[in-house]
Amino acid sequence: MTYRVVHYINQFFAGIGGEEKADIKPEVREGVVGPGMALNAAFKGEAEVVATVICGDNYFADNIDDTSDFIASKVKEFNADGFVAGPGFNAGRYGTACGAICCAVGEKLGIPTVTALYPENPGAEMYKKGTYVIVAADSARGMGKAVPAMASLLLKQMKGEAIGTPDEEGYIEKGVRINMFYEKVGAERAIDMLIKKLKGEPFKTEYKMPVFDRVDPRPAIKDMSKAKIALVTSGGIVPFGNPDHIAASSAQNFGEYDITGVMDLKEGEYQTAHGGYDQTYANQDADRVLPVDVLRDIEKEGRIGSLHHLFYTTVGNGTAVANSKKFGVEMGKRLKAAGVDAVILTST
Amino acid sequence: MVHMATIVPISLSVGANRIIPTVAIPHPLGNPTMTAAEEKKLRRHLVDKALKALETEVTEQTVFKDED
Repeated sequence: MTYRVVHYINQFFAGIGGEEKADIKPEVREGVVGPGMALNAAFKGEAEVVATVICGDNYFADNIDDTSDFIASKVKEFNADGFVAGPGFNAGRYGTACGAICCAVGEKLGIPTVTALYPENPGAEMYKKGTYVIVAADSARGMGKAVPAMASLLLKQMKGEAIGTPDEEGYIEKGVRINMFYEKVGAERAIDMLIKKLKGEPFKTEYKMPVFDRVDPRPAIKDMSKAKIALVTSGGIVPFGNPDHIAASSAQNFGEYDITGVMDLKEGEYQTAHGGYDQTYANQDADRVLPVDVLRDIEKEGRIGSLHHLFYTTVGNGTAVANSKKFGVEMGKRLKAAGVDAVILTST
Repeated sequence: MVHMATIVPISLSVGANRIIPTVAIPHPLGNPTMTAAEEKKLRRHLVDKALKALETEVTEQTVFKDED
C-alpha cells in the first residue's frame, strides 16, 4: 500500500512570496508544492504527498491554536497516514510553526509526524518532545540531506518499525529513555569506557547528564532594611503530618505554608518530608533546614524589612528536573506577585 | 536568590549565582553536637552571610567562603 502524507510549508517555500506575504491564511493544495517534490522522490513509491498545506509565518504565529485546529482537520479530511512539516532550517517563526503543527497533528489525530530543524532553531527546543525533529542545516542548502532523513523516519513510523537512537536516525533527542540489552554487563562497559577515557580515545556515555540553563546574577539588594525576604527549601520542611503529601522522593508537588506569627519551628509542629537522608535532626528542629528562628530575630532587629509570611517547600530527592523547573517557575511567579525582594533557598 | 547548600558542586552545576556552603546534608543550618545556644549562633552566622551575599554585586557564580 502507498501511505498518504500531508506536507506543511510556509509561503516562502510555496513560492508565494517572502516577508510581504507572511500574513497569508492557511490554504490547502492537492499534491506536492515546492520541497514536497523531493519528499515524494525520497518516499520511493512507498508513500505519496497527497496534499500540501501552506500558511504565512506571521499568520501562524498570531493564530497558533486556530490554525493548528484548521490544519489538523484538513489532514484528517485527506485521510493521511503521516504528516511532515518543513524543513524549517533556522527560520524562527517557520521552525516554531513546523514543531507546533507536528505536535498538534500528532496529538489530535494520533498519526506519525516529523519535521527537520537546525538544532538552535527555537522550535526544536520547544517541540522536540512531541515530534521527531531531524537535525537540519541552518539554511535551505541542507535540503538534500534533511528530506531523505525525514522521509525515512516517517516511513519507519508509519510501518510501525522500531525507531533507532537519535544518532542512528538523525533526530534531536526527545529526552526518552529506553531499555537496551547488551552483551556485556554494565560494570564491564563502564571499565571499557574508563579505559578509553584514560587513553584519551573518544567514548560515548550511555546516560547523558542533564544540561542546566544559566541565569544572569540578579543585582544586589540595595537596602536590606526594607527588603522582603522569603524562604524556599528543597529540604522538605512541612507542617507536622505533611498535609499536602509531598513525596519523600521524586516529588510531584510543592507546598506553600503560612508562618505568620511562627517564631520558631518546633518539634512536633514541623518536620521534614524528605527521604534519603537521616531525618532525625530536621524533625528535632526544622530550623536546622529552614532558619525561621534566626530570621525572626533578624527581622526584629530591623536588619531586614520583613520575612515573607509564606514559605515554599519541596523534596529534592530524585525529583525530576522537569518537575523542579515547573515548581520553580510557579514559586517564582507567586513570590514576585507578593513583592518579595530576595529568596534564601536552602538545600539538604 | 542565595543558595545555602552543603554540596557546593551540585549548587554550581545547577547554576546558583550566590552560594553559601553549609554544615551537613541532614542539618545544613545546624549542628546537633552543639548546645542549643551555640547552634543558633552558628545558624545566625550562616544566615548573616547569606544576607551579605544578597547585598553583594556578583557577575558570575560566587561561593561565599568564611573569610569573605
